[in-house]
Amino acid sequence: MEGKEPKELCDSCGAADAVVHLTQIEHNEMKISHLCEKCAAAKGVEETDEAVNFPLTGFLAQLGDAAAAPEAVESFGSCSFCGLTFNDFRDAGRLGCPHCYTTFEAYLRGLLRRVHGSTQHVGKVYLPPDPSASDFEKQLEVLRHKLQRAIDSEDFERAASIRDKIRGMEPAGAGEN
Amino acid sequence: MSDFHTLPDYGLGWLDASGDHASVVLSTRVRLARNLQGHAFGPRARVNDREAVLEQTKRATEKIESLGGSTLLELQEMDHRSRRILHERRLASRELLGDVKVGPARGAAVLLAAQDPLSVMVNEEDHLRIQSLVSGLRLKDAWNLVDRLDEELGQELPFAYHHEFGFLTSCPTNVGTGLRASVLVHLPGLVLTKEIGKVLQGLSQVGLTFRGLYGEGSEVVGNFFQVSNQTTLGKSEEDLAEHLDKIVRQVIQYEGQARQVLLRDAPQVTEDKIWRAYGLLRYARSLSFDELMNLLSGIRLGVGLKLLPELRVYTLNKLMIYTQTAHLEQAAGRDLPPAECDAHRAAYVRQILTTEGASGSVEGQTRADEG
Repeated sequence: MEGKEPKELCDSCGAADAVVHLTQIEHNEMKISHLCEKCAAAKGVEETDEAVNFPLTGFLAQLGDAAAAPEAVESFGSCSFCGLTFNDFRDAGRLGCPHCYTTFEAYLRGLLRRVHGSTQHVGKVYLPPDPSASDFEKQLEVLRHKLQRAIDSEDFERAASIRDKIRGMEPAGAGEN
Repeated sequence: MSDFHTLPDYGLGWLDASGDHASVVLSTRVRLARNLQGHAFGPRARVNDREAVLEQTKRATEKIESLGGSTLLELQEMDHRSRRILHERRLASRELLGDVKVGPARGAAVLLAAQDPLSVMVNEEDHLRIQSLVSGLRLKDAWNLVDRLDEELGQELPFAYHHEFGFLTSCPTNVGTGLRASVLVHLPGLVLTKEIGKVLQGLSQVGLTFRGLYGEGSEVVGNFFQVSNQTTLGKSEEDLAEHLDKIVRQVIQYEGQARQVLLRDAPQVTEDKIWRAYGLLRYARSLSFDELMNLLSGIRLGVGLKLLPELRVYTLNKLMIYTQTAHLEQAAGRDLPPAECDAHRAAYVRQILTTEGASGSVEGQTRADEG
């Protein structure tokens, strides 16, 4: 952004040029270490050239061969709801409809793990307009967890609103906590 | 059709600079991507999908109490300039506006809540993009607002949701929470001290990313960076927002330290830059938007360092918004060719700085004089 900066020496050995810049958060402080390739490898850090804003299409193309062998791609077929093929997805980086997540589930699970580091949603549990008993129970569980969190962080306004919501969902006479 | 021009603050409540750290953090935005079951996502949606999504959204809106008095703007029914004004106010994305020649797709709409700083883009890449936009660093408030509206909409609309992947989105980079929290920060100190590269690199290593003023694909101008979460799956909404909040607070601290370095090591150069920026803005007869943003960055730094004490952050925010092309054309009542637009921009800035500027302190003592 501001031109090329002069080379720095490795913080660890002080001999070689630093090529890895490792940022870590420790005790709420951001620490930046500049390491040479050798010392970085010794500390278990891999150098990555990943752009800050990677376009997903480029990312998918990069992964292409390793992530989905041609025979595996063909086995996906196209989405029975919207007709999207795996190649369409790879070209545009966009899925066609909710059903695509089922059609390409096997591939997506790997992709999501690489992009997000996880495949399991742990946020809000959606309660559809016509919820089943298990939908209900799942949401209650998440709300109880959120209530505890709000209390722990002393966000009492939020805690009160979550508590009201839980009370509204629980059958009459259920426990107060 | 609802009239966009009768809205109380046209979706610009955040300009008032009432939030935390408002001189460094312009605004906080939280958006949730949601899709309806049974319809193809935006890029593959057919006209009947789009119309059905809009119709379902309209019906849901009517049932939701907190959306009473809200305004639904269908982009195809608006003139080109009004649509660009929505974009310049960050209420409609470039994608929602559609191709310049073709215009917006059928069913593309923006819903603006009457009471709260909340809006919903309809039929964008995802069927719904629910967003809140508030002043300063207020991630918790922005999240709470969006969360509540999402709950209300979700009770009326069948969202596409997967037991493992969470809320399903057109792009797999949004799946899970569908949440993108972003904070627009002004970091001239870090840029001038050449520390910005390290900070931005640090952001990418802690799961955050940065963009320019208008979000994805836009360039950084005037030292304004939009910092946001990179991932959306595997962490709760609160964790994502808290993490961003924590890191942005650190960035603000670094920016403060960088500003102190500037004042300590280069007080004259710093002051000169600030007053030159002020002088140009006060007297220039032609200003491009990029030049204006760079000069505004200078005087914003001056306000932060209390070198331009009579200028309010509100004035600076207003100057950023109302000097954009569609806003200037709106004020002029006609289209403006580029050269004329630059002249109108300079005239508007002169007028605002004359009435709301730091005129009283122009002749005042500077730090260099004191030392």
